[in-house]
Amino acid sequence: MATLRDIRRRIRSVESTQKITRAMKLVAAAKLRRAQERILAARPYAGKMAELLGNLVSSAGAHDEAPHPLLVQRAGPRRQVVIITADRGLAGAFNSNIVRRARDFIRQSSAPDVTLVVVGRKGRDFFRRRGFTIKRDMLGFWDRLAYGHAVEIADFLMRQYLDAEVDEVHLIYNEFRSVAVQRPVLEQLLPIPRAEAGEGRATTVDYLYEPSPEAILGDLLPRHVRTQVFRALMESLAGEYGARMTAMEAATKNAKEMIEVLTIQYNKARQEKITKELLDIVGGAEALKQGAEA
Amino acid sequence: MAERLTLELATPTRLVVAETADEVVVPGIEGYFGVLPGHAAFLTTLGTGEIMYRAGRDEHYLAVSGGFAEVRNDKVIILADTAERPEEIDRGRAERARERAERRLSGRGVEEAVDYARATAALARAMIRLQTATRGR
Repeated sequence: MATLRDIRRRIRSVESTQKITRAMKLVAAAKLRRAQERILAARPYAGKMAELLGNLVSSAGAHDEAPHPLLVQRAGPRRQVVIITADRGLAGAFNSNIVRRARDFIRQSSAPDVTLVVVGRKGRDFFRRRGFTIKRDMLGFWDRLAYGHAVEIADFLMRQYLDAEVDEVHLIYNEFRSVAVQRPVLEQLLPIPRAEAGEGRATTVDYLYEPSPEAILGDLLPRHVRTQVFRALMESLAGEYGARMTAMEAATKNAKEMIEVLTIQYNKARQEKITKELLDIVGGAEALKQGAEA
Repeated sequence: MAERLTLELATPTRLVVAETADEVVVPGIEGYFGVLPGHAAFLTTLGTGEIMYRAGRDEHYLAVSGGFAEVRNDKVIILADTAERPEEIDRGRAERARERAERRLSGRGVEEAVDYARATAALARAMIRLQTATRGR
């Protein structure tokens, strides 16, 4: 049976936990807003880029004898998986969903040679413990995420791809659906899927090109890959804050419920104690009275 | 000649300009080109340089580097790796970048060709930034 003091101590401890979870929730909410704004701000560029890519591939890619190397599908078995997680936990199933998705994908792919590029400490720790081959990791930059980080990762991936060290590159990250919903998605990054490049789209514009369409395409494709990686990073970051906000909201609510239950317990115990004391006093008085009468 | 141009300039992180203009001058990879209403459809890669756009008598400048410019149906769309208005440019940083690049270029001999190309590009960007920074002051 918990004593009064034990219960009081527990209430205080839950209260201080609640203070922390509430603060974390507020911080996550503020950061989430900024992250969402950044996603919106990046849309015009990415949208236009996709449109240009479609136009170029259908006009420049028409003479298909020598397609750009980033578009060429190779038969080789070597796969690389880019796994994007957060540096920190306390965000519900945010990280474990990604890790699970990545493991499933690696297990299912018949490719004997799978290498990883991991972004975020949680994913790095998990896959390093299990002895996967990690070609490169990137940690501790989330608070100051910039386009340059995406360029760094994307250029590393493309360099390996063009040097024929890997034959396929896939990307696994949390897509930001809404504040409460993040979904792990898997995308093929390299070679650039033909459908994504707008192959066979009818709307061809008759441009004057400077220099040639092929040269412009050669400039555009790497930027497309960088933009893809940048978008994935931003989605993941917004998703992380969304997940943390939701998780901390739930934690704060649980703490509140717990405090309520404990308070009732505390009051009951206090009542019981008073009753017992009263009984003692009454019993004592009764005994005294009887002693006096005798 | 009632038509005007619509100009949109975006970088990977934000939309920098979305305005109407009467004239736009863009640093293409093979030299500056001017766009007036009625221009033919045109697609080029972007060099390092200054974009000028004029709306009425107001001229605006931006320092840009790398990317693409598309002209189609009186719409000019520019996707630049970087784009800064004069007031956004950190002159001290540009100045330091220029000095660094100049030092690399003057002290070369051992360096590889890649580094030379890099330093030249860095120098060009720094020069353009410094030039743009003095506009509109």
